[in-house]
Amino acid sequence: VKYMLLMHGSDRIDAPPIHTWDLEEVKTHIRFMRDFNTKLVADGEYVHAEGLTGPEEAKVVRAGSDGAPEVTDGPFPESKEYLAGWWVIDVESETRAFEIATAISLAPGPGGVPLRLPIEVRRVPDAPPVDA
Amino acid sequence: MTESVEDLLRTEAPQVLGALLRRYDDFAAAEDAVQEALIAAAEQWPRDGLPDYPRGWLIQVASRRMLDHLRSEQARRRREEQHPVEEHPEVPDQDDTLVLLFMCCHPALKPSAAIALTLRAVGGLTTAEIAGAYLIPEATMAQRISRAKLKVKESGASFRLPTADERSTRLTAVLHVLYLIFNEGYTSSAGPDLQRRDLSAEAIRLTRALHALLPDDPEVAGLLALMLLTDARRDARTGQDGELIPLTEQDRTRWDQKQIEEGVDLITATLPRGPVGPYQVQAAINAVHDEAATATDTDWPQLLALYGVLRGMTDNPMVALNHAVAFAMVHGPAAALDLLTTLAADKRIANHHRLHAVRAHLLEMAGEDTAAAEEYRKAASRTASVPEQHYLTLRAARLLS
Repeated sequence: VKYMLLMHGSDRIDAPPIHTWDLEEVKTHIRFMRDFNTKLVADGEYVHAEGLTGPEEAKVVRAGSDGAPEVTDGPFPESKEYLAGWWVIDVESETRAFEIATAISLAPGPGGVPLRLPIEVRRVPDAPPVDA
Repeated sequence: MTESVEDLLRTEAPQVLGALLRRYDDFAAAEDAVQEALIAAAEQWPRDGLPDYPRGWLIQVASRRMLDHLRSEQARRRREEQHPVEEHPEVPDQDDTLVLLFMCCHPALKPSAAIALTLRAVGGLTTAEIAGAYLIPEATMAQRISRAKLKVKESGASFRLPTADERSTRLTAVLHVLYLIFNEGYTSSAGPDLQRRDLSAEAIRLTRALHALLPDDPEVAGLLALMLLTDARRDARTGQDGELIPLTEQDRTRWDQKQIEEGVDLITATLPRGPVGPYQVQAAINAVHDEAATATDTDWPQLLALYGVLRGMTDNPMVALNHAVAFAMVHGPAAALDLLTTLAADKRIANHHRLHAVRAHLLEMAGEDTAAAEEYRKAASRTASVPEQHYLTLRAARLLS
């Protein structure tokens, strides 16, 4: 079963923004993420993963009434959460998806303290049932 | 030519692997060696023509790869002296498909691992083909397969048939894996359809081979009949835009009559022999559907009886749900809606979209359009399948317009 794990940046996380961390702390964090993905491949569960640039450079595009693009700053300056990256994994069960999400949530922050990142877990559409 | 080479290679794959496993007790390395030999043959044969003895050629090439592997891995042990390359390898005449199926569908493996290993070691598919069919990266699939092989090794499985004691549970596991492969191909909702359809064809091919080896096993015959009878409806199951068409609304002239005939003959010959198991009953249910010239000709009392039998064999709430549908067709929707109320107490299904979809269908039968539309909407919001979501949303909209 495929699941998408959405990693949210949030002001609910008890850590300052990553650009204010020590260089070594940032390196540790990035190494954690890279090792994590390597392990997902080794476990036969990796499908896809990407991290996103920060919300500062995000734009929202919407078609105007004349069909032309209307581009505004986004996602939503007032919003408390934004998408920071995602994984698509292919696992045996929802329980396993939760395990993996928990492991990501424990990514190290400043001082090596786990960030306890909120990870949204969504099932990817799968097949319709066999009829009859 | 290419087509026939591919077919030939897939048939030979388990035989070549079996021959290697008789000589070298290293499943993981032997399986890799066979895969390399198959890839070499797929390149060379279409270009240079078939060798005189294709199986001997494959065994020889795979043996060389195997020895290269042993030399590089364990040069110190000088294994090559114990296992000299035979220029004219003995070609065994046993069929090794069955032993390999039992090995690959080992109970120590998770279903996803057993599926991948079966498709490669028994089906002769490449890792890239399997990864493509399951829409995951090749590197992930390669790891899944090598881990599966390691698990089989760790479990101490050897190249032999299961004992009489283990046989029945082990065969159940094999049939389950074949069934899952079939379903993945039949119910594909994403990705390049053609690739995924191949999975159903592959499952049918492997189950056919198993049936040829165990012609007297009624559940093997039942599973093959079930696949044939289900697959016969494939072309009628989706519309031009990929939308799902329910059984009752399918254009039955698009059903594959030849395949239906084969499935019906098979299940008809099998059922009286007994003992009757769940695959046979499901095949019989599909035979009843397939034999009805129109949806209104469907023999619902017989289906109700068959679902009753199936309910006695399995604790699957989906079976209870289908039983309720058959009950409604025989005794009317009101009584069947009561059955659903009881079923809704089952936590495994209480929130499932199919419970809502069936309730919607029964309410529609009862003429309660508003309530039915609401249930269709609930079902649509709970399904993870896009074609099904579209279908359910359209049903709701149709009732309200």
